[in-house]
Amino acid sequence: MRKISYLLVTLLVCFPTLALAAGTIEGGSKQAVNWAAIGMFIGFVSLTLVITYWASKRTVSAADFYSAGGGITAGQNGLAIAGDYMSAASFLGISGLVYTSGYDGLIYSVGWLVGWPVVTFLIAEQLRNLGKFTFADVASFRLEQTQIRILAACGSLVTVAFYLIAQMVGAGKLIQLLFGLDYWIAVVLVGGLMMIYVTFGGMKATTWVQIIKAVLLLFGATFMAGAVLYTFGFSPEALFAKATQVHPKKIAIMEPGSLISNPLSAISLGMALMFGTAGLPHILMRFFTVKDAQAARKSVLYATGFIGYFYILTFIIGFGAITLVSTDPAFLDAGILEKTKSGIAAIRGGSNMAAIHLADAVGGNLFLGFISAVAFATILAVVSGLALAGASAISHDIYAMVVKGGQANEQDEVRVSKIATLFLGVLAIILGIIFENQNVAFMVGLAFAIAASCNFPVLVMSIFWKGLTTRGALIGGFLGLISAVVGVILSPAVWEVTFGFAKGSAPVRLDNPAIFSMALAFGGIWLFSILDRSTRAMTDRRGFDAQFVRSQTGIGAAGATAH
Amino acid sequence: MDVSSHEKIEQDPNFQELVRRRSSLGWTLALIMLIIYFGFILLVAYAPKFLGIPIGTGVTTIGIPIGLLVIVSAFLLTGIYVSKATSQYDPLIRKIVGASRS
Repeated sequence: MRKISYLLVTLLVCFPTLALAAGTIEGGSKQAVNWAAIGMFIGFVSLTLVITYWASKRTVSAADFYSAGGGITAGQNGLAIAGDYMSAASFLGISGLVYTSGYDGLIYSVGWLVGWPVVTFLIAEQLRNLGKFTFADVASFRLEQTQIRILAACGSLVTVAFYLIAQMVGAGKLIQLLFGLDYWIAVVLVGGLMMIYVTFGGMKATTWVQIIKAVLLLFGATFMAGAVLYTFGFSPEALFAKATQVHPKKIAIMEPGSLISNPLSAISLGMALMFGTAGLPHILMRFFTVKDAQAARKSVLYATGFIGYFYILTFIIGFGAITLVSTDPAFLDAGILEKTKSGIAAIRGGSNMAAIHLADAVGGNLFLGFISAVAFATILAVVSGLALAGASAISHDIYAMVVKGGQANEQDEVRVSKIATLFLGVLAIILGIIFENQNVAFMVGLAFAIAASCNFPVLVMSIFWKGLTTRGALIGGFLGLISAVVGVILSPAVWEVTFGFAKGSAPVRLDNPAIFSMALAFGGIWLFSILDRSTRAMTDRRGFDAQFVRSQTGIGAAGATAH
Repeated sequence: MDVSSHEKIEQDPNFQELVRRRSSLGWTLALIMLIIYFGFILLVAYAPKFLGIPIGTGVTTIGIPIGLLVIVSAFLLTGIYVSKATSQYDPLIRKIVGASRS
């Protein structure tokens, strides 16, 4: 009963505020209030709250809370993984990048996708066979629990924190533009809904929010790309021909541009994207929601298919926007157009709005409302997944395993993770407001760099290398974590753009530090493991064989709990 | 799992075959993906003009199908692994699990 009244109160509090606030704010940099968008968004939120209520009735044990009781099917999990990964940043950001730079957008999409096969070949099944709720379960399988859990929790929380800030700031800005809401209201709304989903519905609710959003996003993007191709008689050549005519860069949008100029930088970014995917805690956690290794591996295949398809769509959407948005004064800022004579530069709300304006251009106000609502839903779903991953690191790794030494009462553990979710939610709101006017574009790259340099090396070495010891993992993992953070701070994106030091003064010339931070992590793990002559090291190495048998066969793996 | 049972499984020829086959396929496919992707990135970095060569008389460049092929190859390689695993590894695993219970 208490849960129902909570939900009702939230519904009553949220929606009138949304509607009222929307009614009072107009003009300025914000869009006019879009009632179709707000209506559809309320529809989405209502549906997800009903699901959260349903899930809350079925979330009793810790397994329910962290991993939906292992009862998610491979197809559902594939959609949920795709949902976790197809963030608003990748939908609006990549289509916006294609809009401004053409081919360069495709280079990015490729980078975001190629990590998935690696996850399938090397990690998915082993992870499912060895772990229970978090990837730290796997990394600490045969190593000393306390130290490895602390390392993994640090890696998880830092990754989640940067990813979360980037999403929150993006959410605030986007909602400001889409719905005409104040920035802080948007941030509070996202944070508040996220806390409701995760605390009441746990992994079950988070997964279903993810699935619904993924389906809506795939549907919306398919419709848009289809409409663009239809306009050009389903001839990509006709679409590209028109785009090269109207784009100020002309034919140059059909080849790699200035985005990737330094080869080393390009390779480093590629490494961060490829291996970072295999170290994102909210993604790794999804493998524990299915019943066995077979389902885990199948779910990545589905996810790879959905994500690859989606990125191809965003490429078409970006080119569609060049032809249909940059040529239509209705979507352009007359002042900027006057000055620059470029429809690309003059787009209202910046290049991230390319897909949104295109929705208006091909589907009118109703479809614009739909895509806006989907974009908001996307942010909500992604932050919920992140919050759950962060909360699990706090409650399962730190509280249950380190503080309570693995002897925690299950109900207490779930309670701690709910409190941790609320804490993370409030923190995300505060950080979102603090970082409102900061450039946060580097934060997603940083999150991937940390995931690739701390989480991934520790995880992959613990699964495959018998010689790994606790000391090696600890030193190597922290080396990767620290060097990734320092490398980003000293990179041009932060040193010059955020701190405002002189152009060209950044000590590190790489946009992403992965190439050296990953090398440091793997090198550190290897060196300090082979030098390790402690008794603990002998225990660590001796535990490998049993772990290896289980990782290969799944004998003894945590099963699905029946409902 | 106690020590004796994992040692017994390690001796099982089916287990040894599973490990040999799975790790060789997994690492080979991972290597292929790495080569495809970093090959693409190196093309982008060192030969952007090559990717900008138009196909025929149109404006579509060969960079477009190459980029799309990288995306499709990611899906196909994953598909190859999953189908092999389902048709070959899962039956082996079932045998190993069966033998370990007897």
